[in-house]
Amino acid sequence: MPDLLWFVLRRLFATVLVMLALSLAVYLIFYALPADPARLACGKPCTPDRLEQARHFMQLDQSVIQQYLAFLKGIFAGRTFGEGAAAVQCNAPCFGYSFPLARPVTTLIVDRLPVTLSIAIGAAVLWLLLGVTLGVGAALKRGKLFDRLAVGFALIGIATPSFLLGLLAILVFGFWLNMVPVNGYVPLTESPVDWAWHLITPWLVLATIQAAAYIRLTRAQMLEEMNLDHITTARAKGAGERRVVAVHGLRGVLVPIVTIFGLDLGALLGGAILTEKVFSMQGLGELLISAVGQLDVAVVVGVTLFSAFLVILANLVVDVVHGVLDPRVGHA
Amino acid sequence: MSSSVVAAVSPTRQALRRVRRDRSARFGAWLVAALIVIAVAAPLLVKLSGQDPYTYHIDLLDPAKGGAPKGALGGVSADHWFGVEPLTGRDLFSIVVLGLRTSLAIAIVATLITTVVGTLVGISAAYFGGWYDGVVSRLLDFLFGFPQLVFMIALGIIVPAEFPRWLLLILVLSVFGWAGLARLIRGQARSLATREFVEAARSVGSSGWHVITRELLPNLLGPVLVIATMAIPGYIGAEAALSFLGVGVPPPTPSLGRSISDSIVWVYTGTDPWFMVFPGIMLFLAVLGFTLLGDGVRDAFDVRLRRAN
Repeated sequence: MPDLLWFVLRRLFATVLVMLALSLAVYLIFYALPADPARLACGKPCTPDRLEQARHFMQLDQSVIQQYLAFLKGIFAGRTFGEGAAAVQCNAPCFGYSFPLARPVTTLIVDRLPVTLSIAIGAAVLWLLLGVTLGVGAALKRGKLFDRLAVGFALIGIATPSFLLGLLAILVFGFWLNMVPVNGYVPLTESPVDWAWHLITPWLVLATIQAAAYIRLTRAQMLEEMNLDHITTARAKGAGERRVVAVHGLRGVLVPIVTIFGLDLGALLGGAILTEKVFSMQGLGELLISAVGQLDVAVVVGVTLFSAFLVILANLVVDVVHGVLDPRVGHA
Repeated sequence: MSSSVVAAVSPTRQALRRVRRDRSARFGAWLVAALIVIAVAAPLLVKLSGQDPYTYHIDLLDPAKGGAPKGALGGVSADHWFGVEPLTGRDLFSIVVLGLRTSLAIAIVATLITTVVGTLVGISAAYFGGWYDGVVSRLLDFLFGFPQLVFMIALGIIVPAEFPRWLLLILVLSVFGWAGLARLIRGQARSLATREFVEAARSVGSSGWHVITRELLPNLLGPVLVIATMAIPGYIGAEAALSFLGVGVPPPTPSLGRSISDSIVWVYTGTDPWFMVFPGIMLFLAVLGFTLLGDGVRDAFDVRLRRAN
């Protein structure tokens, strides 16, 4: 499929441009930091000499453009702060170096990422399943009890902040019924069963919140789709109702769902950050929030850009899936 | 032909009539009206209850339970209508109603700002089209699908400590919020921009500004109202989320999100779940009320908002 290949290449090129523009913008914005990271690192008492030394060591004495270029180079080739025995090495892909924590930002991110990703991916799978099945069900049983229940469920999901629903779930299922753990994260590598057991409540909570919009969308789309000519044709050709729904109806529903899913990836990450706080899991959000409190600008810039890149790349994948599902997209 | 006079009710009037007939929209409207009255009258209500949100009442706490309030329902009494906060014994009713006031004020101001910006950008992109529309649409798609929460948290680091946090919240919500509104308004304006009356105005030499403000805007007031109403619950939720994460309204200013965040430990241990319940219900009602009202207004004006294009 040369068409699709071109489409992917074009999107890839645009994605790289967006990432470059975004990282430059972020660098320019965070360069305006009122507090001086070198002064914080220098400690008290801080002589002008030592301050200058610290600034040079942290490469803060360079212009913002030079710092930005050094940051970009660090992602591909790594970078070194200082010279000689005191030098600090930050291997590629280097997203900056946290002097207060004395660790490369990449290491910090890699330590926390599994927590946030576990929450986000599990919840996304669950909410797509929930959203599409409940939405299709509601559309087929329009006006019946199932439809009312699904629409009501969607309304509660839309009107409840995720952290509130999370706390309620902890209270009811964790504390009163004592069915699930109230908080904490167990790495997948340690025990897959415990991992899933600790994540089941966060997944359900986040999926309930997000599935709401998908139920509404799928229901509306399905109702529209089932009135189109190709459905009538399929029925006239003698296809069973099950096949009409699953093959002909669902295809029209999936395209807008994929579009919306691409737009919701940023919200997915935000939801995961809120959820990790509710369930006391130490993920990317906790890393970012404590870095803001400590004025650790390297971590803030690193985490911000990393999560933006993550969402942009995930969006690229969604776009390609979109192109496969709906060939018209590739020609646009 | 008296019937044509009867039928000549303005679309706005028709829409209002439809809102009144829609049961869930009516419920939403009453809820919103009640919440706004509570928020506006919050200082008065607090005075009426004879309490304030800052005074500590250590005597109302039970040291044996780790500082949870004495008595049932989180220490509900004739003096403290919603009980007291664990550890400090501050009056929870005062905190909840003043927290609602903070929440609604921030959400409504952010809605006003983003509606004005979003309307101008959305309509002008639809009207001028061409490369301008291309650039704007790309920017909107980009901002919309962005990890906004991450940026909202991160921006906290470059703002000096003296800068008022409520103003920062409004700014941050606006900077990231206008894109969603502009996107929807652009979609609504696009079909309108090719209509004959716009063409006519253009052909007699009206300036772009004139066409946008005099021809397009009046015809888009309905959809803009719908989109703005539907945006409010999002801002209420976002403000609460930021305060919940500890980067919103700073203490001791009452805030629903922060109270819910403070309640986490008391929920884990089950010692005082009521500390979460009262602010939680208030936040839920606020989001629910505006969501129902928004849905009702949308149905009444018969605006089709497609997030996918």
